Amino acid sequence: MSPSMPYLEIAPAPRVSSGLGTRRLMWEVLVTLIPVVATAAYYFGAAALLLIAATTTATMGTEWLLTRGSGKGSTRLGDGSAALSGILLGLCLPPSTPVWMALLGGVVAIILGKAVWGGLGFNLFNPALVGRAFLQAAFPLALTTWTAPQQGFWTLAPSVLAPPFMRAATDATTTATPLGLAKFAGQLVAPESLIFGGTAGSLGETSALVLILCGLWLGLRRVFDWRLPVATLLTAALFSGVLQLWGGVAPGPLFTLSSGGLLLGAVYMVTDPVTTPLTPRGMWIFGVGVGFLVVLIRTWGGLAEGVMYAILLMNAVTPLINRLTQPRTFGTGMRST
Amino acid sequence: MGLRAMLSRAQTFRHGIHPAEHKDTATLPIERMPFVDEYVLPLSQHTGAPSRPLVVVGQKVRRGEMIAAPDGYISTALHAPVTGTVAAIEVRPHSRGVPSPAIIVRIDPFASQRLEIDADRPTAETTPKELIERVQRAGLVGMGGAAFPSHVKLEVPEGKKARFVILNGCECEPYLTCDHRLMLERADAVITGLRILMRQVGAERGYIGVERNKEDAAAALTAAAVDGGDIDVIRLEVKYPQGAEKMLIDAILHREVPSGKLPIDLEVVVNNVGTAAALADLAATGKPMIERVLTVAGNAVRRPANLMVPLGTLVQQVLDHCGGLRPETRQVILGGPMMGAAQKALDIPVLKGISGILAFTDPVAQVEEEPCIRCGRCLAACPVFLNPSRLALLARAQAADVLATHHMMDCMECASCSYVCPSNIPLVHLMRLGKAAVRAQKAAR
Repeated sequence: MSPSMPYLEIAPAPRVSSGLGTRRLMWEVLVTLIPVVATAAYYFGAAALLLIAATTTATMGTEWLLTRGSGKGSTRLGDGSAALSGILLGLCLPPSTPVWMALLGGVVAIILGKAVWGGLGFNLFNPALVGRAFLQAAFPLALTTWTAPQQGFWTLAPSVLAPPFMRAATDATTTATPLGLAKFAGQLVAPESLIFGGTAGSLGETSALVLILCGLWLGLRRVFDWRLPVATLLTAALFSGVLQLWGGVAPGPLFTLSSGGLLLGAVYMVTDPVTTPLTPRGMWIFGVGVGFLVVLIRTWGGLAEGVMYAILLMNAVTPLINRLTQPRTFGTGMRST
Repeated sequence: MGLRAMLSRAQTFRHGIHPAEHKDTATLPIERMPFVDEYVLPLSQHTGAPSRPLVVVGQKVRRGEMIAAPDGYISTALHAPVTGTVAAIEVRPHSRGVPSPAIIVRIDPFASQRLEIDADRPTAETTPKELIERVQRAGLVGMGGAAFPSHVKLEVPEGKKARFVILNGCECEPYLTCDHRLMLERADAVITGLRILMRQVGAERGYIGVERNKEDAAAALTAAAVDGGDIDVIRLEVKYPQGAEKMLIDAILHREVPSGKLPIDLEVVVNNVGTAAALADLAATGKPMIERVLTVAGNAVRRPANLMVPLGTLVQQVLDHCGGLRPETRQVILGGPMMGAAQKALDIPVLKGISGILAFTDPVAQVEEEPCIRCGRCLAACPVFLNPSRLALLARAQAADVLATHHMMDCMECASCSYVCPSNIPLVHLMRLGKAAVRAQKAAR
């Protein structure tokens, strides 16, 4: 026997792991948001940076306050999920949103969207969209007022810096989003402005090209499961295509895919693992549901846009989808439940 | 199932993982571990009842002589690995963690240690019933890791038949290369063993599943199997756990063993390539199970090797033979890194089911468990299509009733779920707790 025996550590198998952690997944997503935020800043100027900074400060601050005493020695800010929710909330706000509303939305996103459910991993609804839905319900006018892009970097809509619950002294020139134009005025925006992003809309949704590239990057790096966005986009394209052929009820698939928040939602919200099904079949059902509801709301709903409600509605049925699509255990003929 | 998996359906099972292979020892020929002074032979080193000692302290034993007999049907015999004297029968440390009774054989330094050819070895005239009894007396067990007594698999239960014999040459655990070397260096023995198995159970076809990272072994087996045309060497995708019995059958025959059933229900018998070679040795010389090949590897081992080690050699002695451990050694594992158990001490003997000794200098990653983000990666990895994420919650709640209805017992603890989990949840550990809860409830009823 050797004179000195090393001190040996014991731990349950396996010794090896894939090395992929939740923190890295979150950071991968955050990194791809840099070009999206940059595009928002390019088109909507300082207002974009100001609003995204506001929502992110609010979500991270709220998360910090609520997880301070979680007993793990530190807060849960390091997992990046609060920052992610904040940036996503900012990206789906109109450029003229008052900063105080953005801050309030961020607080609500974390408290009602995540904390009350038990924190990361337990929330039923996408936190960013909970914040967005709250703002839209509380301040419908501000959340459906759109300003035109490219008015100069430092040009802020007066409403952005308005004090809480006060009307801005003068209103900026407002315009309609491509979806609004299509729905209420019957005009279709040129495809190239939808691809590159020179249209009115929420901060992060206007450039289809940037979102597609970020989505491809995340999908190829297996950060998210490709089934979710692919099912969403395919269904929206197919359904809108059918409606277009069937008497021109809806604009065609290309317009449907590249307008409004569909790509932003498909790449960054439909792919949130926590609030979407974890079975492969469930992922297909979820994506098909979102794509179908988006076109349904856009075509026959009172609103021009439906991505937020489509995703939130499908979030609500995710536990049911999981339950109904449990995998069939190897060597069993029927489905195990 | 991904598109790639669908296209390559012929060569693998569904789901699974691709850990780094680390098969650096694949080029090292099998060496013989020199004899040591003393051998520790636990009476329990197989699945089933411990063997019953046949010797007394002070008795002289010959190399290959039976020193403990099977105690029941699911049990097997134990043999002296060297010629010498029974020094003691006492409780000694065991890799399972609980010290257990063992026969200690002290070597006779003046004996020749030659293994005499047994006149009683099985031949072509041996009947199937006699062979079963003979294999049990030779102490053969499955060499893949579970150490299930081999004679039990040689008996086709009444009312069933066996059309296929599959040999497992996948060696899907990272680092391990002992089966690779065995197939390469002893291809004839593997084929002979397979033919004996086929004749024994009345099978019409034999298959050997070999992962594509062992092309030289597959070629050697194909060459050795040339006559007859009833044996196919099947090249399989390199994927873990390809060597799991059910996965191997799915990959080769495209059939799923029904939940709770055995391969024989699909008319299949599966054995490890090492078991086949041991069977061939038994037929050739009457050699019982007194030694085995294992891989010594990992970055804490100074001189990695594939070694033929007499059973009962202490792990410490094997490591010393391989140049000793580096002082910074932090972990020693028996078996592969996916399923092997970490050991707290090295004064434990090599058993029939130990396929590798791995030692590492890097510490066990001190990772903090994060909340489950329901990403579904564990479902996509699980080769038996369970939902480890949900089973883990149920196991934490010790909900035995619900666990049983969620097919908890179908888990084979391959640890693919733990491997992929981005939240570092010890999933396979929780699966074991879940299985224990189901077993305890069943026992209580």
